[in-house]
Amino acid sequence: MMKRDECLKALARRRKDEIVVAVYTAAQEWIHISPNELNFTFIGAMGQGSSHALGLALGRPDRRVIVLDGDGSLLMNLGSLVTIANAAPKNFIHCICENGTYETNGAVSIPNRNKVSFAGLARGAGYPKTYEFAAQDEWERALDDGLLKEDGPILVDLKMEPGEKYPEDFRRLYNVEYREAFKKALAK
Amino acid sequence: MESQIKAADIIREIKRAGIRFIVALPDRVTSERLLKPMLADPEFRVVQVCKEDEGMSICSGLYAAGHRALLLIQYTGLLDSLNAMRGVAIEGSNPICFMVGLLGKEPGVRPTQAKRYGIRVVEPVLDAMQIEHELIETENDSAKIVPAVERAYERLAPVVMMIGREPAR
Repeated sequence: MMKRDECLKALARRRKDEIVVAVYTAAQEWIHISPNELNFTFIGAMGQGSSHALGLALGRPDRRVIVLDGDGSLLMNLGSLVTIANAAPKNFIHCICENGTYETNGAVSIPNRNKVSFAGLARGAGYPKTYEFAAQDEWERALDDGLLKEDGPILVDLKMEPGEKYPEDFRRLYNVEYREAFKKALAK
Repeated sequence: MESQIKAADIIREIKRAGIRFIVALPDRVTSERLLKPMLADPEFRVVQVCKEDEGMSICSGLYAAGHRALLLIQYTGLLDSLNAMRGVAIEGSNPICFMVGLLGKEPGVRPTQAKRYGIRVVEPVLDAMQIEHELIETENDSAKIVPAVERAYERLAPVVMMIGREPAR
Protein backbone atom coordinates (compact mmCIF):
# COMPACT_ATOMS: atom_id res chain seq x y z
CA MET A 1 0.00 0.00 0.00
CA MET A 2 1.40 3.41 -1.03
CA LYS A 3 1.23 6.61 1.01
CA ARG A 4 -0.93 8.99 -1.00
CA ASP A 5 1.41 11.98 -0.86
CA GLU A 6 4.41 9.85 -1.87
CA CYS A 7 2.43 8.39 -4.73
CA LEU A 8 1.38 11.87 -5.91
CA LYS A 9 4.92 13.25 -5.50
CA ALA A 10 6.21 10.53 -7.83
CA LEU A 11 3.73 11.73 -10.46
CA ALA A 12 4.55 15.39 -9.82
CA ARG A 13 8.28 14.78 -10.37
CA ARG A 14 7.53 13.50 -13.89
CA ARG A 15 4.84 16.06 -14.79
CA LYS A 16 5.54 18.21 -17.84
CA ASP A 17 2.64 20.14 -19.43
CA GLU A 18 -0.17 17.72 -18.64
CA ILE A 19 -3.60 18.87 -17.47
CA VAL A 20 -4.36 17.24 -14.12
CA VAL A 21 -7.99 16.89 -13.01
CA ALA A 22 -8.08 16.07 -9.30
CA VAL A 23 -10.94 15.47 -6.85
CA TYR A 24 -11.46 15.68 -3.09
CA THR A 25 -8.54 14.66 -0.84
CA ALA A 26 -6.21 13.97 -3.74
CA ALA A 27 -7.00 17.46 -5.04
CA GLN A 28 -6.33 19.06 -1.65
CA GLU A 29 -2.89 17.44 -1.60
CA TRP A 30 -2.11 17.80 -5.31
CA ILE A 31 -2.46 21.61 -5.29
CA HIS A 32 0.37 21.72 -2.71
CA ILE A 33 2.49 18.94 -4.22
CA SER A 34 2.24 20.18 -7.82
CA PRO A 35 0.95 23.78 -7.85
CA ASN A 36 0.15 24.68 -11.45
CA GLU A 37 -2.43 26.69 -13.42
CA LEU A 38 -3.30 23.51 -15.31
CA ASN A 39 -4.71 21.84 -12.21
CA PHE A 40 -8.48 21.48 -12.78
CA THR A 41 -10.38 20.91 -9.54
CA PHE A 42 -13.76 22.53 -10.32
CA ILE A 43 -15.84 19.38 -10.18
CA GLY A 44 -19.16 20.68 -8.87
CA ALA A 45 -20.61 17.34 -7.82
CA MET A 46 -19.14 14.09 -6.53
CA GLY A 47 -18.20 11.59 -9.20
CA GLN A 48 -17.86 14.10 -12.01
CA GLY A 49 -14.07 14.39 -12.24
CA SER A 50 -13.61 11.89 -15.05
CA SER A 51 -16.38 13.53 -17.07
CA HIS A 52 -14.90 17.03 -16.82
CA ALA A 53 -11.60 15.42 -17.84
CA LEU A 54 -13.20 13.77 -20.86
CA GLY A 55 -14.45 17.15 -22.06
CA LEU A 56 -10.95 18.57 -21.65
CA ALA A 57 -9.37 15.62 -23.43
CA LEU A 58 -11.76 15.85 -26.39
CA GLY A 59 -11.43 19.63 -26.55
CA ARG A 60 -7.62 19.58 -26.41
CA PRO A 61 -6.39 16.38 -28.06
CA ASP A 62 -2.90 17.92 -28.20
CA ARG A 63 -2.61 17.78 -24.38
CA ARG A 64 -2.37 14.77 -22.07
CA VAL A 65 -5.08 14.74 -19.41
CA ILE A 66 -4.47 12.89 -16.13
CA VAL A 67 -7.39 12.32 -13.76
CA LEU A 68 -6.79 11.76 -10.03
CA ASP A 69 -10.19 10.23 -9.32
CA GLY A 70 -11.41 8.64 -6.10
CA ASP A 71 -12.78 5.12 -5.69
CA GLY A 72 -15.98 6.42 -4.05
CA SER A 73 -16.17 9.10 -6.73
CA LEU A 74 -15.90 6.60 -9.56
CA LEU A 75 -18.62 4.46 -7.97
CA MET A 76 -20.95 7.46 -8.31
CA ASN A 77 -20.32 7.71 -12.05
CA LEU A 78 -19.55 4.19 -13.23
CA GLY A 79 -21.24 4.82 -16.56
CA SER A 80 -18.46 7.30 -17.31
CA LEU A 81 -16.15 4.32 -17.87
CA VAL A 82 -18.31 3.24 -20.81
CA THR A 83 -18.61 6.81 -22.09
CA ILE A 84 -14.84 7.31 -21.93
CA ALA A 85 -14.08 3.95 -23.54
CA ASN A 86 -16.50 4.77 -26.35
CA ALA A 87 -15.07 8.25 -26.93
CA ALA A 88 -11.59 6.65 -26.76
CA PRO A 89 -9.42 9.73 -26.18
CA LYS A 90 -5.79 8.71 -26.69
CA ASN A 91 -4.63 11.49 -24.36
CA PHE A 92 -6.57 10.25 -21.31
CA ILE A 93 -5.03 8.65 -18.20
CA HIS A 94 -7.54 7.78 -15.51
CA CYS A 95 -5.90 7.23 -12.12
CA ILE A 96 -8.01 5.91 -9.27
CA CYS A 97 -6.77 6.86 -5.81
CA GLU A 98 -8.12 3.73 -4.13
CA ASN A 99 -8.21 4.19 -0.37
CA GLY A 100 -11.34 2.10 0.21
CA THR A 101 -13.21 4.91 1.97
CA TYR A 102 -15.23 8.07 1.52
CA GLU A 103 -12.36 9.87 3.23
CA THR A 104 -13.68 13.43 2.86
CA ASN A 105 -17.06 12.40 4.27
CA GLY A 106 -15.93 10.68 7.44
CA ALA A 107 -13.75 7.80 6.17
CA VAL A 108 -16.63 5.33 6.00
CA SER A 109 -15.83 2.30 3.83
CA ILE A 110 -17.00 2.13 0.23
CA PRO A 111 -19.43 -0.71 -0.51
CA ASN A 112 -17.71 -4.05 -1.14
CA ARG A 113 -14.32 -2.66 -0.14
CA ASN A 114 -11.31 -4.72 -1.29
CA LYS A 115 -13.57 -6.90 -3.44
CA VAL A 116 -14.31 -4.43 -6.23
CA SER A 117 -11.80 -4.52 -9.09
CA PHE A 118 -11.66 -1.06 -10.61
CA ALA A 119 -9.29 -2.30 -13.29
CA GLY A 120 -11.76 -5.11 -13.99
CA LEU A 121 -14.65 -2.65 -14.27
CA ALA A 122 -12.61 -0.52 -16.68
CA ARG A 123 -11.65 -3.51 -18.83
CA GLY A 124 -15.28 -4.62 -18.90
CA ALA A 125 -16.30 -1.12 -19.98
CA GLY A 126 -13.85 -1.24 -22.86
CA TYR A 127 -10.66 0.49 -21.63
CA PRO A 128 -7.92 -1.05 -23.74
CA LYS A 129 -5.29 -0.87 -20.98
CA THR A 130 -5.38 -1.03 -17.18
CA TYR A 131 -2.76 -1.17 -14.45
CA GLU A 132 -2.78 -1.74 -10.70
CA PHE A 133 -0.05 -0.56 -8.35
CA ALA A 134 0.22 -1.10 -4.61
CA ALA A 135 3.98 -0.65 -4.25
CA GLN A 136 5.73 2.70 -4.61
CA ASP A 137 8.75 1.29 -6.46
CA GLU A 138 6.55 -0.45 -9.05
CA TRP A 139 4.56 2.75 -9.63
CA GLU A 140 7.75 4.78 -10.06
CA ARG A 141 9.23 2.19 -12.42
CA ALA A 142 6.10 2.28 -14.59
CA LEU A 143 6.27 6.08 -14.72
CA ASP A 144 9.94 5.89 -15.74
CA ASP A 145 9.06 3.31 -18.39
CA GLY A 146 6.73 5.83 -20.09
CA LEU A 147 3.26 5.08 -18.73
CA LEU A 148 2.29 8.75 -19.10
CA LYS A 149 3.07 8.64 -22.82
CA GLU A 150 1.05 5.53 -23.65
CA ASP A 151 -2.06 5.76 -25.80
CA GLY A 152 -5.23 6.02 -23.76
CA PRO A 153 -7.68 5.68 -22.39
CA ILE A 154 -5.76 3.97 -19.61
CA LEU A 155 -7.01 3.22 -16.10
CA VAL A 156 -4.39 3.12 -13.35
CA ASP A 157 -5.60 1.81 -9.99
CA LEU A 158 -3.33 3.24 -7.26
CA LYS A 159 -3.84 1.43 -3.95
CA MET A 160 -3.04 3.88 -1.20
CA GLU A 161 -3.56 5.10 2.32
CA PRO A 162 -3.32 8.59 3.82
CA GLY A 163 0.19 9.96 4.23
CA GLU A 164 1.31 13.38 5.39
CA LYS A 165 -1.53 15.84 6.01
CA TYR A 166 -1.85 19.00 3.90
CA PRO A 167 -3.92 22.11 4.64
CA GLU A 168 -7.31 22.20 2.93
CA ASP A 169 -7.97 25.08 0.53
CA PHE A 170 -11.53 24.90 -0.73
CA ARG A 171 -11.28 28.33 -2.34
CA ARG A 172 -8.45 27.16 -4.63
CA LEU A 173 -10.37 24.01 -5.44
CA TYR A 174 -13.73 25.49 -6.30
CA ASN A 175 -13.55 29.24 -6.91
CA VAL A 176 -14.51 30.21 -10.46
CA GLU A 177 -11.65 32.74 -10.75
CA TYR A 178 -9.18 29.82 -10.70
CA ARG A 179 -11.21 27.99 -13.34
CA GLU A 180 -11.05 31.06 -15.57
CA ALA A 181 -7.28 31.27 -14.90
CA PHE A 182 -7.04 27.59 -15.92
CA LYS A 183 -8.94 28.37 -19.13
CA LYS A 184 -6.59 31.26 -19.96
CA ALA A 185 -3.48 29.20 -19.18
CA LEU A 186 -4.71 26.37 -21.40
CA ALA A 187 -5.44 28.80 -24.25
CA LYS A 188 -1.83 30.13 -24.28
CA MET B 1 -52.05 26.86 -34.37
CA GLU B 2 -48.63 28.12 -35.48
CA SER B 3 -46.64 25.86 -37.76
CA GLN B 4 -44.36 23.22 -36.31
CA ILE B 5 -40.62 23.92 -36.13
CA LYS B 6 -38.45 22.04 -38.64
CA ALA B 7 -35.55 19.88 -37.48
CA ALA B 8 -33.27 21.33 -40.16
CA ASP B 9 -33.91 24.83 -38.81
CA ILE B 10 -32.92 23.76 -35.30
CA ILE B 11 -29.72 22.14 -36.57
CA ARG B 12 -28.90 25.19 -38.68
CA GLU B 13 -29.30 27.50 -35.67
CA ILE B 14 -27.19 25.23 -33.44
CA LYS B 15 -24.38 25.51 -36.00
CA ARG B 16 -24.92 29.26 -36.31
CA ALA B 17 -24.42 29.47 -32.53
CA GLY B 18 -20.92 28.06 -32.97
CA ILE B 19 -21.69 24.67 -31.45
CA ARG B 20 -19.85 21.66 -32.85
CA PHE B 21 -19.82 19.28 -29.88
CA ILE B 22 -23.13 17.53 -29.14
CA VAL B 23 -23.29 15.56 -25.88
CA ALA B 24 -26.35 13.35 -25.95
CA LEU B 25 -28.66 10.70 -24.62
CA PRO B 26 -31.50 9.54 -26.88
CA ASP B 27 -35.03 10.87 -26.39
CA ARG B 28 -38.07 9.99 -28.52
CA VAL B 29 -38.79 13.68 -29.17
CA THR B 30 -35.34 14.38 -30.63
CA SER B 31 -33.68 11.07 -31.62
CA GLU B 32 -35.05 10.61 -35.12
CA ARG B 33 -34.83 14.12 -36.51
CA LEU B 34 -32.09 15.78 -34.44
CA LEU B 35 -29.73 13.22 -32.89
CA LYS B 36 -29.54 10.78 -35.81
CA PRO B 37 -28.84 13.54 -38.37
CA MET B 38 -26.23 14.98 -35.98
CA LEU B 39 -24.54 11.59 -35.64
CA ALA B 40 -24.30 11.47 -39.43
CA ASP B 41 -23.13 15.08 -39.81
CA PRO B 42 -19.34 15.44 -40.13
CA GLU B 43 -19.54 19.00 -38.81
CA PHE B 44 -20.57 17.67 -35.39
CA ARG B 45 -18.66 15.56 -32.88
CA VAL B 46 -21.33 13.66 -30.94
CA VAL B 47 -20.35 12.31 -27.52
CA GLN B 48 -22.84 9.69 -26.37
CA VAL B 49 -23.15 9.51 -22.59
CA CYS B 50 -24.68 7.00 -20.19
CA LYS B 51 -26.19 9.56 -17.77
CA GLU B 52 -27.16 13.19 -18.05
CA ASP B 53 -25.01 14.48 -15.18
CA GLU B 54 -21.80 13.30 -16.81
CA GLY B 55 -22.95 15.16 -19.92
CA MET B 56 -22.98 18.43 -17.97
CA SER B 57 -19.42 17.83 -16.81
CA ILE B 58 -18.23 16.96 -20.30
CA CYS B 59 -19.71 20.28 -21.48
CA SER B 60 -17.87 22.00 -18.62
CA GLY B 61 -14.57 20.44 -19.67
CA LEU B 62 -15.20 21.43 -23.28
CA TYR B 63 -15.93 25.02 -22.19
CA ALA B 64 -12.66 25.12 -20.23
CA ALA B 65 -10.92 23.87 -23.38
CA GLY B 66 -12.45 26.70 -25.41
CA HIS B 67 -15.35 24.91 -27.15
CA ARG B 68 -19.11 25.38 -27.26
CA ALA B 69 -21.29 22.33 -26.66
CA LEU B 70 -24.95 21.34 -26.54
CA LEU B 71 -26.38 18.76 -24.14
CA LEU B 72 -29.29 16.96 -25.85
CA ILE B 73 -31.41 14.98 -23.35
CA GLN B 74 -34.95 14.19 -22.18
CA TYR B 75 -36.72 16.11 -19.41
CA THR B 76 -36.61 13.06 -17.14
CA GLY B 77 -32.82 13.16 -17.30
CA LEU B 78 -32.87 16.86 -16.51
CA LEU B 79 -34.93 16.19 -13.40
CA ASP B 80 -32.61 13.32 -12.47
CA SER B 81 -29.55 15.59 -12.65
CA LEU B 82 -30.57 18.53 -10.49
CA ASN B 83 -27.56 18.24 -8.18
CA ALA B 84 -25.16 18.44 -11.11
CA MET B 85 -27.24 21.34 -12.39
CA ARG B 86 -26.68 23.04 -9.05
CA GLY B 87 -23.00 22.24 -8.65
CA VAL B 88 -21.60 22.05 -12.17
CA ALA B 89 -23.81 24.48 -14.06
CA ILE B 90 -24.91 27.13 -11.53
CA GLU B 91 -22.29 27.21 -8.76
CA GLY B 92 -19.59 26.31 -11.27
CA SER B 93 -20.66 29.20 -13.56
CA ASN B 94 -20.68 26.98 -16.61
CA PRO B 95 -22.53 28.06 -19.78
CA ILE B 96 -24.16 24.68 -20.33
CA CYS B 97 -26.71 24.77 -23.14
CA PHE B 98 -29.41 22.15 -22.76
CA MET B 99 -31.84 21.00 -25.43
CA VAL B 100 -34.47 19.00 -23.62
CA GLY B 101 -37.26 16.95 -25.17
CA LEU B 102 -40.60 17.23 -23.38
CA LEU B 103 -41.80 13.70 -24.13
CA GLY B 104 -45.58 13.51 -23.83
CA LYS B 105 -46.37 17.23 -23.89
CA GLU B 106 -49.45 18.00 -25.96
CA PRO B 107 -48.66 20.18 -29.04
CA GLY B 108 -49.57 23.84 -28.54
CA VAL B 109 -50.00 23.50 -24.78
CA ARG B 110 -47.73 25.37 -22.36
CA PRO B 111 -45.54 22.93 -20.38
CA THR B 112 -47.12 24.10 -17.11
CA GLN B 113 -50.54 23.13 -18.53
CA ALA B 114 -49.52 19.66 -19.74
CA LYS B 115 -51.41 16.61 -18.52
CA ARG B 116 -48.22 14.91 -17.36
CA TYR B 117 -47.05 15.90 -13.90
CA GLY B 118 -43.39 15.47 -14.88
CA ILE B 119 -43.70 18.03 -17.64
CA ARG B 120 -45.78 20.47 -15.60
CA VAL B 121 -43.01 20.76 -12.99
CA VAL B 122 -40.09 21.37 -15.37
CA GLU B 123 -40.49 25.15 -15.68
CA PRO B 124 -41.25 25.72 -11.97
CA VAL B 125 -38.15 23.69 -11.04
CA LEU B 126 -36.00 25.69 -13.45
CA ASP B 127 -37.50 28.94 -12.12
CA ALA B 128 -36.72 27.87 -8.53
CA MET B 129 -33.12 27.22 -9.57
CA GLN B 130 -33.00 30.57 -11.42
CA ILE B 131 -32.20 28.88 -14.72
CA GLU B 132 -33.19 30.61 -17.95
CA HIS B 133 -35.42 28.58 -20.26
CA GLU B 134 -37.08 28.83 -23.66
CA LEU B 135 -39.77 26.76 -25.35
CA ILE B 136 -38.81 25.70 -28.89
CA GLU B 137 -41.88 24.34 -30.65
CA THR B 138 -43.12 26.51 -33.50
CA GLU B 139 -41.45 27.81 -36.64
CA ASN B 140 -40.66 31.22 -35.17
CA ASP B 141 -38.95 29.69 -32.15
CA SER B 142 -35.81 28.83 -34.14
CA ALA B 143 -34.87 32.50 -33.77
CA LYS B 144 -34.55 31.98 -30.01
CA ILE B 145 -31.67 29.49 -30.25
CA VAL B 146 -28.68 31.67 -31.11
CA PRO B 147 -29.55 34.44 -28.60
CA ALA B 148 -30.12 31.85 -25.86
CA VAL B 149 -26.69 30.30 -26.46
CA GLU B 150 -25.01 33.69 -26.66
CA ARG B 151 -26.60 34.77 -23.36
CA ALA B 152 -25.40 31.59 -21.67
CA TYR B 153 -21.80 32.29 -22.67
CA GLU B 154 -22.06 35.97 -21.77
CA ARG B 155 -23.54 35.23 -18.33
CA LEU B 156 -21.55 32.02 -17.69
CA ALA B 157 -24.84 30.42 -16.75
CA PRO B 158 -26.89 27.51 -18.10
CA VAL B 159 -29.86 27.81 -20.44
CA VAL B 160 -32.50 25.18 -21.12
CA MET B 161 -34.17 25.04 -24.53
CA MET B 162 -37.22 22.82 -24.23
CA ILE B 163 -38.29 21.01 -27.39
CA GLY B 164 -42.06 20.95 -27.06
CA ARG B 165 -42.82 18.32 -29.70
CA GLU B 166 -40.99 16.26 -32.27
CA PRO B 167 -39.73 18.69 -34.94
CA ALA B 168 -41.01 18.35 -38.49
CA ARG B 169 -38.82 16.96 -41.28
